[in-house]
Amino acid sequence: MSAVDHPAPRREIRERFGFLRRSYAMLIKEFIQLRRDRVSFAMIVMLPVMQLMLFGYAINTTPHHLPSAVLLQEDSDLTRSILKALENTAYFRFLYEVHDVDDFDNLLKSGKVLFGVEIPRGFERAVRRGDRPALLVAADATDPVAASAALGSLGTLVQTALKHDLYIGDPPEMPFEIRAHARYNPAAASSLNIVPGLVGTILTMTMLIFTALSVTREVERGTMESLLSMPIRPVEVMFGKIVPYVLVGFVQAFLIIGIGVGLFGVPVLGSLFLLALLSTLFITTNLSIGYTISTLVQNQLQAMQMSMMFFLPSILLSGFMFPFAGMPAWAQYLGECLPLTHYLRIVRAIMLKGAAMQNLRFDTLALAALMLLAMTIAVTRFRRTLD
Amino acid sequence: MNGGNGIAIDVKGLTKSFGGREVVHDLSMQVKRGSIYGFLGPNGSGKTTTIRILCGLLTPDSGEGTCLGYDIRRDAEKIKRQVGYMTQRFSLYQDLSVRENLEFVARLYGLPDARGAARDMIKRLGLSGREEQLAGELSGGWKQRLALGACTLPNPQLLLLDEPTAGVDPKARRDFWNEIHALAAEGLTVLVSTHYMDEAERCHEIAYIAYGYLLAHGTVEEVIAKSALTTYTVTGEDLNGLAAELTGKPGIDMVAPFGTSLHVSGRDVAALEASIGPWREKSGLDWQKSSPSLEDVFIELMSRSKDNFQ
Repeated sequence: MSAVDHPAPRREIRERFGFLRRSYAMLIKEFIQLRRDRVSFAMIVMLPVMQLMLFGYAINTTPHHLPSAVLLQEDSDLTRSILKALENTAYFRFLYEVHDVDDFDNLLKSGKVLFGVEIPRGFERAVRRGDRPALLVAADATDPVAASAALGSLGTLVQTALKHDLYIGDPPEMPFEIRAHARYNPAAASSLNIVPGLVGTILTMTMLIFTALSVTREVERGTMESLLSMPIRPVEVMFGKIVPYVLVGFVQAFLIIGIGVGLFGVPVLGSLFLLALLSTLFITTNLSIGYTISTLVQNQLQAMQMSMMFFLPSILLSGFMFPFAGMPAWAQYLGECLPLTHYLRIVRAIMLKGAAMQNLRFDTLALAALMLLAMTIAVTRFRRTLD
Repeated sequence: MNGGNGIAIDVKGLTKSFGGREVVHDLSMQVKRGSIYGFLGPNGSGKTTTIRILCGLLTPDSGEGTCLGYDIRRDAEKIKRQVGYMTQRFSLYQDLSVRENLEFVARLYGLPDARGAARDMIKRLGLSGREEQLAGELSGGWKQRLALGACTLPNPQLLLLDEPTAGVDPKARRDFWNEIHALAAEGLTVLVSTHYMDEAERCHEIAYIAYGYLLAHGTVEEVIAKSALTTYTVTGEDLNGLAAELTGKPGIDMVAPFGTSLHVSGRDVAALEASIGPWREKSGLDWQKSSPSLEDVFIELMSRSKDNFQ
């Protein structure tokens, strides 16, 4: 009735500047919507800050203090000072001292160390005799970037460091020979490093997106209301949504590895079965994390943004693009929380080093733990009511 | 179990707030088994919220009760097995076919032969020939039939239908109600919310809810009788002018045009008759005392509740 009592004054529609006026109306609406969308707003700030921090502080392409092991078959003052000299180059940090060749190989295979220095029996005597014995430095060259700088400067650096050592004095040339051996990837071919890395990176990206949208899609399309009114439990919803994509991920992994082997000549030295098994674990872990994201966000846009927030550090901190060992401790701890970090070690170790399960126990357990953590969060976060 | 005494829904003092706004206020109701219970009220009156509480999708802030003998707070999972809930917005999978949607529901409830159950339901719904059509491509009427089919598939004891016929054409609406009566005859209890008066009159019992308060309930006749509303139906010339003059006069609570006639209603018969007196003898106007329609009663209840609660 009020429309009759107080007729709205007729407003003349102004035709001038119509283009600007309509654009302005649209612009105001977009701003209002952006302001309401808190997550998008946070992303505008978070993404650039995170990128800058990671690139600026965490990433180091000429890494120092790389984890190393020494196979000591002779303990003498000379060998001690050689090791000291190696450590003084700032490239090496000796974490393990072993006396057995198998232990030495396992450390390299499992990725616990990137370098191994082997001092053969009778080394000191051979030096004194002037035989120029060989000091073997084995490097894990699956990541050529991490290994190359240290290997390249090895000879001169050691010589400088040993210059004033009383046992050697200042001879015109080195009394022993440093024989560097780039294990697993002697030609330092980057494809050998990149292809296994890509398996993990591509799987992270695709698996995350598949499930990150799954719950939000149900909510946005209104099907969630129906689903919740039916007798199904959160765990059942989760498994139903994850399992199909495990197969998808498996096909994808098979495809990438197939192309890697066929076109780029990347070897698969280890067991294919083990590779398939642990890839399945990794795929499931990522799907669980994606699913967790979808229970935390309100709409599909937020789900995509959260996935980006997870994907970015995965690329930068996992050791895919930049050497893991070269990052500062805090970044390494962060990296240990990412499934990709562990999978990269696994996939590189199996394909390039022929590693077996016993070398990969830690990373396998880490993946399983991350998966269970994500699943627990998802199931507890999944809302069974519309409250 | 309340199963024996023939009560399907028995709730007391349900209250639910969202963000400090009370949407359902101290609501109590009883629904008999095998009856069709109509839930009426304006938009935003708390109908959907009440239905969601009954099927365990929302937990009430206070209040208690049973649904099919199960406690609505503790036994939500058991209630879900026995209740079919048809949401206001189509909530089956648009990108699944008719058959796939029904098979999904059948499997979820653990029906022994999901394919067979879906096939039978397609026949019952008259959807044969459309079983491979995507649910999203169905017309409004067919979508609604499919949704009803999906929630009756697991043989529930109680159907909760939230405005099932909104936006559906009259023919489809009638077919739908025939189906609901057939289901009730089989012993199913149906709670259905609606805006349509003709649908309300097809219910065994109705409840009127506005702004979270249950204002009236009973059979249609009881609700009309309890309203104590007197209505005159006027036909003649210049009814618009008459409506404007009568509105607001003492004793006249409501003036509403119905096609070529005008309904003038009030609770106080004496005051109403005093106010319309001067116009009753006017030539060209025909006054008939009639019983109020359900719509008169509801609009009157609604305007009264607005005064009380807003």
